[in-house]
Amino acid sequence: MSGIKVNTKINGDPVEFMCEPDETLLDVLRNRLNLTGAKEGCSTGDCGACSVTVDGRLTCSCLVLGAEAEGHNIGTIEGMAHGEELHPLQKKFIEHAALQCGVCTPGFLIAAKSLLDKNPDPTETEIRFGLAGNLCRCTGYDKIVRAVQDAAKDMRKSNSRKGA
Amino acid sequence: MRYERPTTLKAAAQMLAKEKGQAFILAGGTDLLVRLRTGFIEPDLIVDIKGINGSKAIQKTATGFKIGAAVSGAELGEHAALKKAWPGVVEAANLIGSKQVQGRCTMSGNLCNASPAADSVPALVAAAAKAVIVGPKGKRTVAVEEIPVGPGKTSLKKGEIIESIVLPKRPPKSGDAYLRFIPRTEMDIAVVGVGVNVTLDGKGIVTKARVALGAVAPTVRLVPAAAKALIGTKMDKAALDAMAAACSAACSPIDDKRGTRDFRIKVAGVLARRAALIARKRAGGK
Ligand SMILES: Cc1cc2nc3c(=O)[nH]c(=O)nc-3n(C[C@H](O)[C@H](O)[C@H](O)COP(=O)(O)OP(=O)(O)OC[C@H]3O[C@@H](n4cnc5c(N)ncnc54)[C@H](O)[C@@H]3O)c2cc1C
Ligand code: FES
Ligand code: FES
Repeated sequence: MSGIKVNTKINGDPVEFMCEPDETLLDVLRNRLNLTGAKEGCSTGDCGACSVTVDGRLTCSCLVLGAEAEGHNIGTIEGMAHGEELHPLQKKFIEHAALQCGVCTPGFLIAAKSLLDKNPDPTETEIRFGLAGNLCRCTGYDKIVRAVQDAAKDMRKSNSRKGA
Repeated sequence: MRYERPTTLKAAAQMLAKEKGQAFILAGGTDLLVRLRTGFIEPDLIVDIKGINGSKAIQKTATGFKIGAAVSGAELGEHAALKKAWPGVVEAANLIGSKQVQGRCTMSGNLCNASPAADSVPALVAAAAKAVIVGPKGKRTVAVEEIPVGPGKTSLKKGEIIESIVLPKRPPKSGDAYLRFIPRTEMDIAVVGVGVNVTLDGKGIVTKARVALGAVAPTVRLVPAAAKALIGTKMDKAALDAMAAACSAACSPIDDKRGTRDFRIKVAGVLARRAALIARKRAGGK
């Protein structure tokens, strides 16, 4: 194989992989590393189902080459829960039934976490703008917005408890 | 296809110049990767410029700001001093795509992709921004409006790379703004885009102005007649009417599903008026 050797960190762990020069990070995650949480909806940056973070920044992994990951920290949905303990956003998505087929869900969760990391108390408009890069063909978005609002509330509470 | 990530501009320019096949520069990849994945291009070589020293830096210099070619939209939006000096340029760059796209997209890529509807370009043209270009024959600096020459076409020669975009230092009482019309509220391609940049004197009279239009011609258009209509006025109704008329007259748009020709011509004037008033307010005028 005419592969490129790439060294990265994925969800905090050092990972080394080989990939073709024209292979996307999304393909690497799914086909080589068996991290199938990120989904391929469109492959053109429109749907957000492939969302990951690169050095903490929200990114479509379909628009990044595997080779570009060299030396960077990648965050995927597989790193969101702590063992068996789901992230508050994950819990609230289940509670609010903010998913149906689930194809968009990992992308929404990654994008919502990235939004709340920067803005712990977003308005509904800010949530809708912040998640405009994620498409859902099932839920009609409303339940997703409610779940994010509710999770944000819980996260603020537990943060202020931690601060006190 | 080969992928290279040089650490100097010189090495990057040489790789590009030497390549016999199709070579492409990769910045954020939000245009290039789409074209690659959809089979529009079949590169032999991709040169990633994100590893080049200084390509990720925003520098405040004696003459203004120097923005490295690999600086992302998100990074521009987080730079307080740049946002304060050039709010119109930053808001235009921040309109590109979603939060995901913002994490990668660059203004240099927006410029070199040469879409007539590129959002940051009218704001850069209104700001009198310059592109610093490095190539096999050395460095040159040109006005950003000289880079795109038609849809998808630029004036860059083989091996040439935009190293940075330079925004001039602002006189006091200056302000800029960018507005676009899109059928949705997010994630859409501009039907019309307008960048306006003004400087006022102590009495609130416009002493300098630049107005640029996007998506109404094969390339972004600087409209000197629109600027002339504002200069020497306090942007009263007559001045704004004359500016709007000049903007509409400068349009030679296409008809498509996003907007008809007539609609684009009319909206160019309407948006220019609104953008001019925002720019004036930001310049400290009433
Ligand atoms: C979902 C989605 C939404 C989008 N929405 C918008 C939008 O609202 N408004 C808008 O204007 N655009 C939009 N775009 C298009 C794109 O994101 C922008 O044009 C972006 O600014 C391109 O920057 P980039 O760094 O990703 O470019 P790249 O894809 O890396 O490069 C684009 C082109 O420029 C060339 N190039 C890049 N850097 C240089 C350089 N330094 N010197 C010389 N040539 C160079 C490349 O070879 C390529 O041909 C969208 C794209 C997607 C996928
Ligand atoms: S698969 Fe990446 S945005 Fe749709
Ligand atoms: S739950 Fe099916 S696409 Fe969102």
